[in-house]
Amino acid sequence: MLAALTHPIPDSLHTAIDGALVLVLLLNLAMLATSRLATCIRLFSFQCLVISVLPIAAATASDAIGIHGFFLMGGTVVLKVFLIPFILLRVIRTGDIQREVQPYLGFTGSVVVGAMMIGGAFALSSRLVLPGQAMSTLLIPVAISTLLIGLLILVSRYKAITQVVGYLVLENGIYLFGLSLLHAMPLLVELGILLDVFVGVFVMAIVVYHIRQEFDHMDTQNLAPMKEPA
Amino acid sequence: MNLLAMTIHLPVPGVAAVVTAQVLGVLLLPPLLMSVIAKTKAWFGGRDGPPWLQPYFDLLKLFRKGAVYSHTTTWVFRAGPIVSLAALLTATTMIPVLGPNSWLGFKGDLILVAYLFALGRMFTVLAAMDTGSAFEGMGSAREVTFATMSEPALFLCLAVLAISTGNLQLDDMLGTNLAGAWHSVGPAMLLVVGALFIILLTECSRIPVDDPLTHLELTMIHEVMVLDHSGPDFAYITYGAALKFTLLGSLLVHAAMPQVAWVGLPGALLWLAALMALALLVGIIESTMARLRLNRVSLLLAGATVLSGLAVLLVLFNKLA
Repeated sequence: MLAALTHPIPDSLHTAIDGALVLVLLLNLAMLATSRLATCIRLFSFQCLVISVLPIAAATASDAIGIHGFFLMGGTVVLKVFLIPFILLRVIRTGDIQREVQPYLGFTGSVVVGAMMIGGAFALSSRLVLPGQAMSTLLIPVAISTLLIGLLILVSRYKAITQVVGYLVLENGIYLFGLSLLHAMPLLVELGILLDVFVGVFVMAIVVYHIRQEFDHMDTQNLAPMKEPA
Repeated sequence: MNLLAMTIHLPVPGVAAVVTAQVLGVLLLPPLLMSVIAKTKAWFGGRDGPPWLQPYFDLLKLFRKGAVYSHTTTWVFRAGPIVSLAALLTATTMIPVLGPNSWLGFKGDLILVAYLFALGRMFTVLAAMDTGSAFEGMGSAREVTFATMSEPALFLCLAVLAISTGNLQLDDMLGTNLAGAWHSVGPAMLLVVGALFIILLTECSRIPVDDPLTHLELTMIHEVMVLDHSGPDFAYITYGAALKFTLLGSLLVHAAMPQVAWVGLPGALLWLAALMALALLVGIIESTMARLRLNRVSLLLAGATVLSGLAVLLVLFNKLA
């Protein structure tokens, strides 16, 4: 069995962690509600900043994982808070891309569906049996809802660049899940995931840029007719 | 269960002067808060603004005038302003304004308060439609549309307060018990305060939902519905709008700061300061923000509902865990 935390967490820190997790949820909803690509990416960057602090908060509760949490935070901040948003904003700027998000599902509709997903995540997580105790009871529901909302962003927006953002939000959900197993997961694996995400975004940015150069837009709907006839 | 067992909180039983002072204080307060908003907006615009007592002068002026009634209207038109104000005055007795306790209260009074607001709105809408004016019908449609979206949010907020304190009486939901809730589920309480603020802006027809100063029929929501009222009727409406702001503002302030220790005259002054700070905030928002496009308002209100729904989830989850 894994014991995620050895010491009980002090009360004020607990409130701070809960607050940060609720902020992550609100940022998810804000990403669904915003109509600007650049705002969406900045919100994502802010969400990454919030979740990057969480390993440190967990580490202060149990001193054993100090170094681990510190590396994780450093990697997240450098890659997800600065580098990836920089690449994506640069694609928007240089690619001369129309700045509005184009949703299949209206903004109000997206927010309502997102809220239902959060409700579902809370219901689901109350049935999950976890090995050991997570640093907050909210961690698992927030992780599941971030995953689901990432998926929602991925499938409900036309543009290739919002699909990249959806993929990244989904990855944030997985990262939050990983926090509940902070002890068990080796640092190398997590750094490997971060590197993968970075390379993935790098490649996707180039692909999006070339789609834009080749076809004068990056509406993924028009990619569908390009497949071979069955 | 004696559901209708009323509890009456009077500051010092038997001292008529104190009671009178408290009632007068609450009833005289609303126009002052409107003045704070007007002064804030004037300050942002680099003007001096109207005198502090201008809303009172306006009310006095309106009361001295006669009312004009169109021949096409019926008794509904005349009843509208009176019923709305009466509903709000009834709600005043159940919401704590300048102290930790309300004057009256019983288990479940939160539902009565919510529906008193709805009753007042219903009569304003009916009176507007009674005139047969197309513009007023349009305003009514908008008002009701937004109300249907802000009401679930209000109920969810009240549900959070009820669940987290285990009480169904408004002034018990806001007192000592809520201080404990702020300690155990702080994030949920923050969400409730945020949602209540959006509800306040919507229900009181403030920017970014509606502009109380606009005078173009196509863009008005609340103001267009009261265009045909004049004299004392219009005074009731103006005062009622200010009273509604005070009541919802008190709900917000008491939920945000569950201070049971603020009693007596010093306490009343502190609550007054809190309400004025809220009015200042609304004034700042009105000066720095533009009105939202009509189809974005639904997103804002859906946001308020989602915030309060999320707060319900957090509180319930906290109870289970």
